[in-house]
Amino acid sequence: MRTAFLAHQEDFEGWRDAARSLALSRVPPSEIHWQVGDAPHDLFADEAVLASDDGPAFSVPRPFIELARSVVCHSDPERFALLYTLLLRLRAHPGAMEDAADPLLQRLESMAKAVCRDIHKMRAFLRFREVEGADEAGGTRYVAWFEPEHHIVRANAGFFVRRFASMRWSILTPELSLHWDGETLKEGPGATRADAPSGDQVEEVWKTYYASIFNPARVKVGAMLKEMPKKYWKNMPETALVGQLIAGAQAREAEMVERSRAKMAEGGLAEAVAAEKRLQPGGNALAAWEALVAEARSCTRCDLYKCGTQTVFGEGPLDARLLFVGEQPGDQEDLAGRPFVGPAGGVFDKALADAGVDRAATYVTNAVKHFKFERRGKRRIHSKPDGPEITACRWWLEQELALIRPPITVALGATAARSLFGKAVTISATRGKPHALEAGETWVTVHPSFLLRVRDNREEEYARFVEDLHAIGERAKALA
Amino acid sequence: MPRLDTREKLAILADAAKYDASCASSGTKKRDSAGGKGIGSTEGMGICHAYAPDGRCISLLKILLTNSCIFDCHYCINRKSSNVRRARFTAEEVVQLTLSFYRRNYIEGLFLSSGIIRSPNYTMEQIVEVARSLREDHDFRGYIHLKTIPDADPELVHKAGLYADRVSINVELPTEQGLKRLAPEKDGARIEGAMKGMKAAIDQGADEKKRFRSAPGFAPAGQSTQMIVGADGASDGDIIKRASTLYDRFALRRVYYSAFSPIPDASAVLPLRRPPLMREHRLYQSDWLMRFYGFKPGEVVAAADDTGMLPLDIDPKLAWALKFRERFPVDVNRAPREMLLRVPGLGVKAVDRIIASRRWRRLRLGDIARLTVSVAKLRPFIVAADWRPTALIDRVDLQQRLKPATEQLELFAA
Repeated sequence: MRTAFLAHQEDFEGWRDAARSLALSRVPPSEIHWQVGDAPHDLFADEAVLASDDGPAFSVPRPFIELARSVVCHSDPERFALLYTLLLRLRAHPGAMEDAADPLLQRLESMAKAVCRDIHKMRAFLRFREVEGADEAGGTRYVAWFEPEHHIVRANAGFFVRRFASMRWSILTPELSLHWDGETLKEGPGATRADAPSGDQVEEVWKTYYASIFNPARVKVGAMLKEMPKKYWKNMPETALVGQLIAGAQAREAEMVERSRAKMAEGGLAEAVAAEKRLQPGGNALAAWEALVAEARSCTRCDLYKCGTQTVFGEGPLDARLLFVGEQPGDQEDLAGRPFVGPAGGVFDKALADAGVDRAATYVTNAVKHFKFERRGKRRIHSKPDGPEITACRWWLEQELALIRPPITVALGATAARSLFGKAVTISATRGKPHALEAGETWVTVHPSFLLRVRDNREEEYARFVEDLHAIGERAKALA
Repeated sequence: MPRLDTREKLAILADAAKYDASCASSGTKKRDSAGGKGIGSTEGMGICHAYAPDGRCISLLKILLTNSCIFDCHYCINRKSSNVRRARFTAEEVVQLTLSFYRRNYIEGLFLSSGIIRSPNYTMEQIVEVARSLREDHDFRGYIHLKTIPDADPELVHKAGLYADRVSINVELPTEQGLKRLAPEKDGARIEGAMKGMKAAIDQGADEKKRFRSAPGFAPAGQSTQMIVGADGASDGDIIKRASTLYDRFALRRVYYSAFSPIPDASAVLPLRRPPLMREHRLYQSDWLMRFYGFKPGEVVAAADDTGMLPLDIDPKLAWALKFRERFPVDVNRAPREMLLRVPGLGVKAVDRIIASRRWRRLRLGDIARLTVSVAKLRPFIVAADWRPTALIDRVDLQQRLKPATEQLELFAA
């Protein structure tokens, strides 16, 4: 059993000299005891490491030196033995450093990574506090207290010297302390927390900044804890605010919502609020709807805008309980700029009247808001929109649904159903019953233009259409 | 109104600045304060000195010079028609605040932006004065990031570049249409013109530095920009293409994405619900795929669905791999680096180590497991010395098996 003596916990030079001698003597790792400091406490350790001239000198790759310099700072007592094991392996296989899949190398690399992280966190989370008249010269000194996990204080000294070269500062840790007077760096014995100053007048300003820069609408406590572990919190003044910031986040967001409601209630009475809601439902819904209409006029999401006259947006009260989605504007709708005013619109109006549904209380729109056609002579003949065109226009429909939030949405025709369901569906399979979608309860029936095209059973199909609308109307009343 | 003290101003102006996502303090040239009369250093690697409960790091002192503004952008809490409290810093107050925070190691440097008062030139002058005072009067050698104003005089913008490490101009919204609708007083062409001018100035500064060692540095950390996600109708595909164009044309260092979040005193034309924060995260992941993994923008967009939106439950790299399964499995012992980078679960560092290790041994699944965080994710996509996925890669439910477990919905969610 041999003992290698090291001057301090991260004595890299001492380790290197001892390891070189031991490796030249081919001493196996299990026979070496690495002793930090002076007092030997292993009763069975006998001979100290002596200088050896056995065999020729050998070299190691630079990455190993860098790795060893980091790992020596780790707090694990086994680090010296592990490094020595890798050193012996390098003598046998010079390429061992490049075999990243090797378990021993991986463990050493994770130790080096932990040291590097600890160094970085010390640079980030160390907090100086100002002390007036602390020096003999009566100048200002900045004092910090920090508790690193590994033996990294000496390794980090250069960083603080470079950053605060013209400042007088001290860094106190349990293991040792550093003092810089503007020209010379001195090392002192370990300290206790009581030796550091307890407060600083700028801390309140810093806490104000910390509280203000936080966005309560997007709380992500896990991300914060992952990067700023709780073990560092006690030495950082701003972390005292974390608890109340998180608790206050929901309250602040709820307050924003409540403030919007309070504006509506400024008239004072519940009847006034209800009247306001009837005139302008949803607070800013009318303004938002008008903005949507204006923006839709310049929509270029698909190529249909090149041929049609204009965008034909939806129409109706914004507190409608029924929202009908048609396929697309026809020839007359394209010219007029309003939905359901052509021949199919006439059939639709008549059917609604027969079913007892108030057309004026419903919102009507189209799945595709530009007219798609092919020219035959002077007439523009309707053409069915394609999947990509339906998908491109779906965004507008989603905006309308989000704005109005109708209890019931009705798809008129297969194109409208495809837009609402997000996939192609058949009318016969989905007709006559409600479907739960993200937009709410949804029904499917035929488009009124279908009734204009059908030849044989027109009366029967019309009656069935009216029956569908009647059932939907009753359902809307039931949901009221 | 009563005169505000520094702390009250800081509360108002930091609150107004929190919607800017940028907080980087890396990428500049190395400096230190040895031999100087001031303090400050930059070491190449950014340092985050604190983290807020929203998960964002606090690296710089991020404030506005003032939150008064002559513009009326609907998405902005500081717009002209808003009722928020207004405050204004003087240049000297910003300088003293920066230095006192820096001496205590609270921050890495300063991020300064501003609402526009009087005129763009006047505002830009005030911003430049802060940086000049820090650099020349106090010999401050830490990080400075300045927001520039597109309408300001080019000479003023150039001065900002001389003092700052990084400069940035926000494009604000991904589409011209959205900009017209939500920020009618801003001009997309003018913003891009300013970014082009900044790129030319940065290139010229780098060239001068090459020829004359004593030439002054010009924004060594480059320029960046930011987009708002979810305030208009742009899809993820639109945003990715836009970001890629900006990187190519203006040699940007970073594009930041900021999910639209509800603001007090909201304008009427804003959407009624905010986009999921995960959407912003997926856009950042796509950004990484383009910058570090060799993906082309079209390939990233190919991972999106028919509406151009990236999936929220799996990351875009996994989505791409599931869509183009015919290219997998990849033999980790033979495949080129470009193909290894496309395996879900293999990062850049893991790929580097795989390539280094396979010169010395044939890699087995256990070896790969040691080099990566999660071997379960990448098993279907690789072949190793002792592993073949066989039918696993072709399973219809592979996505279900790989995506994170679904969480129980909250019963009392708002």
